[in-house]
Amino acid sequence: MYGNDFSAPDGATDEAPGGLLGEVEAAEAELRAAAARGRRGGPAPDEDLAAYFAEVVDAEQKIEPRDWMPDAYRRTLIRQIAQHAHSEIIGMQPEGNWISRAPSLKRKAILLAKVQDEAGHGLYLYAAAETLGISRDELVQLLLDGRQKYSSIFNYPTLSWADVGAIGWLVDGAAIVNQVPLCRCSYGPYARAMIRVCKEESFHQRQGYEILHTLAHGTPAQQAMAQDAVDRWWYPSLAMFGPPDGDSTHSAQSMAWKIKRFSNDDLRQRFVDMCVQQAEILGLRIPDADLRWNDERQAYDYTQPDYDELMQVISGDGPCNRERMAHRRAAHADGSWVREAAAAYAAKRAEQREKVAA
Amino acid sequence: MNGPFDFTLALADDALIAAQRLAEWTTRAPEMEEDIALANIALDQLGAARLLLSYAGELEGAGRDEDALAYLRDDREFRNALMVELPNDDFAVTMAKLFFLAAYQLPLYTALAGCADERLAAIGAKARKESAYHLDHGALWVKRLGDGTEESHRRMQAAVDQVWPYTHELFAADPAAPVDPATLRPAFDEVVGPVLTEATLTQPDSAWAPAGGRAGVHTEHLAYLLAEMQVLHRAHPGAKW
Amino acid sequence: MTDHSPLWEVFVRARRGLSHTHVGSLHAPDAELALRNARDLYTRRQEGVSIWVVPAGAITASSPDEKDAFFDPAADKVYRHPTFYEVPDGVAHL
Repeated sequence: MYGNDFSAPDGATDEAPGGLLGEVEAAEAELRAAAARGRRGGPAPDEDLAAYFAEVVDAEQKIEPRDWMPDAYRRTLIRQIAQHAHSEIIGMQPEGNWISRAPSLKRKAILLAKVQDEAGHGLYLYAAAETLGISRDELVQLLLDGRQKYSSIFNYPTLSWADVGAIGWLVDGAAIVNQVPLCRCSYGPYARAMIRVCKEESFHQRQGYEILHTLAHGTPAQQAMAQDAVDRWWYPSLAMFGPPDGDSTHSAQSMAWKIKRFSNDDLRQRFVDMCVQQAEILGLRIPDADLRWNDERQAYDYTQPDYDELMQVISGDGPCNRERMAHRRAAHADGSWVREAAAAYAAKRAEQREKVAA
Repeated sequence: MNGPFDFTLALADDALIAAQRLAEWTTRAPEMEEDIALANIALDQLGAARLLLSYAGELEGAGRDEDALAYLRDDREFRNALMVELPNDDFAVTMAKLFFLAAYQLPLYTALAGCADERLAAIGAKARKESAYHLDHGALWVKRLGDGTEESHRRMQAAVDQVWPYTHELFAADPAAPVDPATLRPAFDEVVGPVLTEATLTQPDSAWAPAGGRAGVHTEHLAYLLAEMQVLHRAHPGAKW
Repeated sequence: MTDHSPLWEVFVRARRGLSHTHVGSLHAPDAELALRNARDLYTRRQEGVSIWVVPAGAITASSPDEKDAFFDPAADKVYRHPTFYEVPDGVAHL
């Protein structure tokens, strides 16, 4: 409800997020239609389980938590959903950095609500991962131990208020392009969680775009702030789609399982093509001298992000990896006495009820 | 305090500074669910602050809007009670502040909802429901921490001892105000006493009653809070955001 | 530290005349906190809705077309629950 407390600038991003939101709704309709078609029953006693699983997936039916599934499918999903959940939780930090200094009370309220939404998305996703037979505790511990990753984009610093806008426009924009196809993921709980997340995310992207639009049409200092933010966030945002298809280790299998629907490079291209027109309306420059329309491909040619830098950030040596993890660990450690108190209180109350009952 | 402007501003500043402090918990709460809950309460306080500041600006009639009042006043011009500007400290101190503030704001907004000023009455009617929720949340945690583990009990009692003296300022008499805060004390005591008892906590018996916030004389903490809150807005005079 | 914080299933009635519908799950040490968290997480405290929270461990599931022999050991864990059913009207965009 708080997330809607703003309007998009005139005629600006309506088309792009609207289009993506349309796809989210289409995915939701597809999910209902698949359910209405009725699923085939469980495997026959002598049926090959792998063949059964493949048949369900090929028929665009959803795999549900208690269905048989290949171990590798389960592991892939746990890894991907957990990484996604961790990203939501760690991703609260760079934007949360500006809540206390937001330049108007309205912006403060919107940003606070947005960061709060991210915590909610993290929780939806942890719950989806839990349906695969792993507990949230285990997942959180894997994050804290550095054994599971989160999106490398959150290891970049937010240096100015405009960065909050750039994150909304570019980072959330890239996330939506990545996530919309996941609304059609073959695993039911993940698909349903993503539908919910994507609907809320579209508001996030709009608020970021609106911040940049206001700055780009503000004082010279504000314009410079906006351009500087786009200059710093453009390539890291392109890197969010992952390594080029040739180097991506998980892509082919995930596509076959219908966890993934498009390749990294396809999604990256789609994002670039969307951003060009949006940047024009903003009056901000995309920092790529080689960005130009290719009539033959019917798409923009663009400069690839620095994938060596991406690998460096993923491996732990980005500008803020250490701070982000230290912050998360400190919050977890500082809160342990509170969680223990709540558990102790619950145990005492349960004991009292038992006594009364006896 | 005198006049509806000062009164409205005092309420607005309580809500605004409380929101600023609560929002500091974002990404730091003891559990992810609590991160969401604290943000909700901060958003409620911020929402009430915006309504009250806008109305205060209208009452003043000098053309100041919510942002001018929030960002362009110095600490000596802020009218919030000292309690809300105290640092968050640990979760127990934050819950003590939340609980005591809500136990004051609930009867305050309830009385305001019936006052003659229509605008204040409307704000009171909206904020009252939110305060009931905040009170519930604060009480829930005061009980869990007070009657949880040895450590949590020790921390919760220390927090109550630390914050309690600052509650007295909330009820300083102001007979001319739309709602005289002194009349709210019985309702506060009625709520607070039983919760502390259930939480196995002792209600402090301290005669020390620090005050001055309503007159713009604050603790050392407020100027730091404002420096952070106002820095960006003030760095770009006249800019739109 | 959700080991002391069990899983709860959340059901919401968005409006009068509708039945409670499963909307998701969450962790909480006790029912009161579970209800509170559910309100914050799944309805952003929209007024007028009715919320039920049920310990996930108290739910017995039928699985008529599933072959229990093929469940891996994790199938016994309470977290293997159906989650993220459709959000009732009026709750979706909050």
